[in-house]
Amino acid sequence: MQTLAFLAVFLPLLGCALAGAPILAGARGHGVDRWAQVSTSACVAIAALCSVALFWTVALNHQPRSFELFTWIDSGAFEASWAIKLDALSATMLCVVTIVSTCVHVYSIGYMGHDPAIPRFMSYLSLFTFFMLMLVTADNFVQMFFGWEGVGLASYLLIGFWYDRESANAASIKAFVVNRVGDFGLALGIFGVFLMFGSVHFDTVFQAAPAKAGETISFLWFEGHALTILCLLLFVGAMGKSAQLGLHTWLPDAMEGPTPVSALIHAATMVTAGVFMVARLSPMFELAPAALHVVCIVGALTAIFAASVGLVQNDIKRVIAYSTCSQLGYMFFAAGVSAYSAAIFHLMTHAFFKALLFLGSGSVIHALEGEQDMRRMGGLGPKIRITYWLMMVGSLALAGIGIPFVFGFAGFYSKDIILESAFAAHSGPGAFAFWLGIAAAAMTAFYSWRLLFMTFSGQPRGDHHAHEHAHESPAVMLVPLYVLAFGAIFAGVAGYAYFVGDHRAEFWGAAIKVLPENDSVEHAHHVPVWVKVLPLVASVAGIGMSWGLYIRNPEVPARLAERFQGLYRFLLNKWWFDELYDRLFVKPSFGLGMAFWKKGDGAVIDGLGADGLAANTLAAARRVSALQTGYVYHYAFAMLIGVVAFATWYLVRG
Amino acid sequence: MTIGLGHYLAVAAILFTLGIVGIFLNRKNVIVILMSVELMLLAVNINLVAFSAHHGDLVGQVFALMVLTVAAAEAAIGLAILVVYFRNRGTIEVEDINLMKG
Amino acid sequence: MIQALAFYLFSGVLVASAAMVVAARNPVHSVLFLILAFFNAAALFLLNGAEFLAMILVVVYVGAVAVLFLFVVMMLDINFARLREGFLRYLPVGGAVGLVLLAELLLVGTAWVDASSSAGLRAAPAAADVHNTRALGRLVYTHYALVFQASGLVLLVAMIGAIVLTLRARPGVRRQDIPRQLARTRESGVEVVKIPPRTGV
Repeated sequence: MQTLAFLAVFLPLLGCALAGAPILAGARGHGVDRWAQVSTSACVAIAALCSVALFWTVALNHQPRSFELFTWIDSGAFEASWAIKLDALSATMLCVVTIVSTCVHVYSIGYMGHDPAIPRFMSYLSLFTFFMLMLVTADNFVQMFFGWEGVGLASYLLIGFWYDRESANAASIKAFVVNRVGDFGLALGIFGVFLMFGSVHFDTVFQAAPAKAGETISFLWFEGHALTILCLLLFVGAMGKSAQLGLHTWLPDAMEGPTPVSALIHAATMVTAGVFMVARLSPMFELAPAALHVVCIVGALTAIFAASVGLVQNDIKRVIAYSTCSQLGYMFFAAGVSAYSAAIFHLMTHAFFKALLFLGSGSVIHALEGEQDMRRMGGLGPKIRITYWLMMVGSLALAGIGIPFVFGFAGFYSKDIILESAFAAHSGPGAFAFWLGIAAAAMTAFYSWRLLFMTFSGQPRGDHHAHEHAHESPAVMLVPLYVLAFGAIFAGVAGYAYFVGDHRAEFWGAAIKVLPENDSVEHAHHVPVWVKVLPLVASVAGIGMSWGLYIRNPEVPARLAERFQGLYRFLLNKWWFDELYDRLFVKPSFGLGMAFWKKGDGAVIDGLGADGLAANTLAAARRVSALQTGYVYHYAFAMLIGVVAFATWYLVRG
Repeated sequence: MTIGLGHYLAVAAILFTLGIVGIFLNRKNVIVILMSVELMLLAVNINLVAFSAHHGDLVGQVFALMVLTVAAAEAAIGLAILVVYFRNRGTIEVEDINLMKG
Repeated sequence: MIQALAFYLFSGVLVASAAMVVAARNPVHSVLFLILAFFNAAALFLLNGAEFLAMILVVVYVGAVAVLFLFVVMMLDINFARLREGFLRYLPVGGAVGLVLLAELLLVGTAWVDASSSAGLRAAPAAADVHNTRALGRLVYTHYALVFQASGLVLLVAMIGAIVLTLRARPGVRRQDIPRQLARTRESGVEVVKIPPRTGV
């Protein structure tokens, strides 16, 4: 099993290196591109096969293991090693990451086929995959942080892949900086963990945690419950990485990157790292109920916020991005009510159908030769049938449509168990999250079908030439979509029993810790029927309203927007968060930087230092040389002044 | 009142200062500078003689004699230089003599 | 009483004429004022009992140095009309420095106190009955003979220097070059020319 684990984690890294190898050796031309595509896809596909095998062994056959590769840091009490920790949680993540990554790699062969920098792209995708795998197989905080930072780096590189676009550059910097803010909190949390537990190893910390449950720690100027503070700090990191409310501003702008990047990183894997972290640290979070409440509330607020903004967006990718943000909110509030298994279950299903939606939208964009604004689409259904049906499958999964007790798409199972757990938690934050979640579910269905209607139905509203030439995507792009669609349809029903159903205890084992009094998933199975049915009702209502507004009476949305202009603009501009942050942080930072540059660096350092010294020396020398007038009587006068000065000094000194 | 040493010293001081001031305040010609130097030397002589008379020590007068000699010699050389300079430059205005300007 | 009057008269004229030396516009006037200053200084010397020095002052300073000044002033073709007044520009600073210097000199000069051992430290005490000139002569030619000779050398050097500086070699002046004359040989000096009879040279 060690070989499988090693291969699963490190093959993507090999792929990353192989992609660029021929170029370093001097080769050029089309063959180089083809080699990059094939080598990276092959490596990650084999890694996916290894991951599935590992999942079979570790999770389904309940044999969690941990392999230490070698020691990284050994400095006094601080010790960290490179290790591959295999349990149900990491095995699930391995599968998700590698399978989705494989699909995206293969898809990119088609989508990015005409790009001038294919090897770089494929290499970055594989690099990202490697970092993500390092993150999920970490057995200590430091390795996790390494993976954390690495995926942030890969995100930066990939968002700004088309680096000659200024908007892409700005977006990649924004993503990195906002992530950095979260990472700061995460780093502080890790420092705190080391301070409190003397170790950064997960198992050590988890074993010692219950004993330290009641301790306090002083942070800044106050003293508080230690585990709560640590968990909150760690959660700040998760907020940044998973684009929760407050540190979410980078996610919509991240759509500047190519669509495969959006699918892989900003839908399925990187943004879910925060959820993964909270689940991984469940032993700690369980002992900090206040932190859990915060997680729940933030998640719920994010869910409703993102859904409301997604209602009015016009860029097809932005709608799906806000949808991602909203679904991440779901996952977090599930974790907030101690339903970690439900959160991971939803993570898995979401990876499939969200990647499907993104790649499908990429297919649409590819068909229209680059058009992304939905207001200029329409009537594409007949032209790109397969894409249409695949997007329909993805939307059905997202909205959680299904027939109760018979069959449902993936989201039906995972979203419903989350909402049921929120209700069953019987706590203030839980109820808050439940109702907001229901509202968000309705909105989710609404905007998903709005997207479908605006893109595929009705009359074409865009450029006729582009519409005429709209063509279906090639097989290399469609096959990954089939794989993902398969997952979107069946992942829910297949995984239900293991993730959140009757077999969940043996499945998860020690990977997730839930205190018996918090077991909301258990209570979720016994909620009243109306609770089980309500999400479905909300989704269907959303679909119905969307049909009404976009098919039946298509002129109504415009009239509504005009009538409620303030609200419309509020939502369109994402609740003015970007403007707020610009005013609060960006402008002052720029001002500070400018002040430091102009006044600090320019005036003080250059003025008094380098330039100033030179200029001053020159000026002083010029003034001194003016003393050499050439007139002897001036020199004599100077001598006289000297004599008088001496005499005065002696006289005064006595 | 009796004229004592102090009075002579005061006179010499005034003369000395006048000579110095004459060097700096004159822009017109170099000859006045040379004459100011002579004034300063005269002041020194008065000082020496006054002290010699006060102490009853003749060395002061001997020294004054030497000073006289040197003053004469220096005046001669100074004037010779001035004459040559005038021949070459055609002017003896102080403000034009700045060939050593740095 | 007479002595005080004489002192104030002479020193007053001395200071006034010294000031006029500096301030006079015409350089000839400056020289004349200098001569007046010298005369008054000589009178002050007389009041102090230094007769020889007083007379020497008159003879050497007035008779030689001042006359020399006058010669040069007359000789140089000074253009009076173009005389510039830079006087006032430097008056503040120069005047200030001068005043400070004067103040210090006066401070020191009037605060003079004789040391108790000064009487015993006199190098050449003047005997009361000997004439000043005689006493000076006795001193100069014996104890300070070397200094005397040296001052003579100084004068010699000054004389040579003055001549060297100002001597102009004038073209067209005929003079003898003795060494050249003595170095003439028969070949360069004599030439035999055959002249036919009854013709001239």
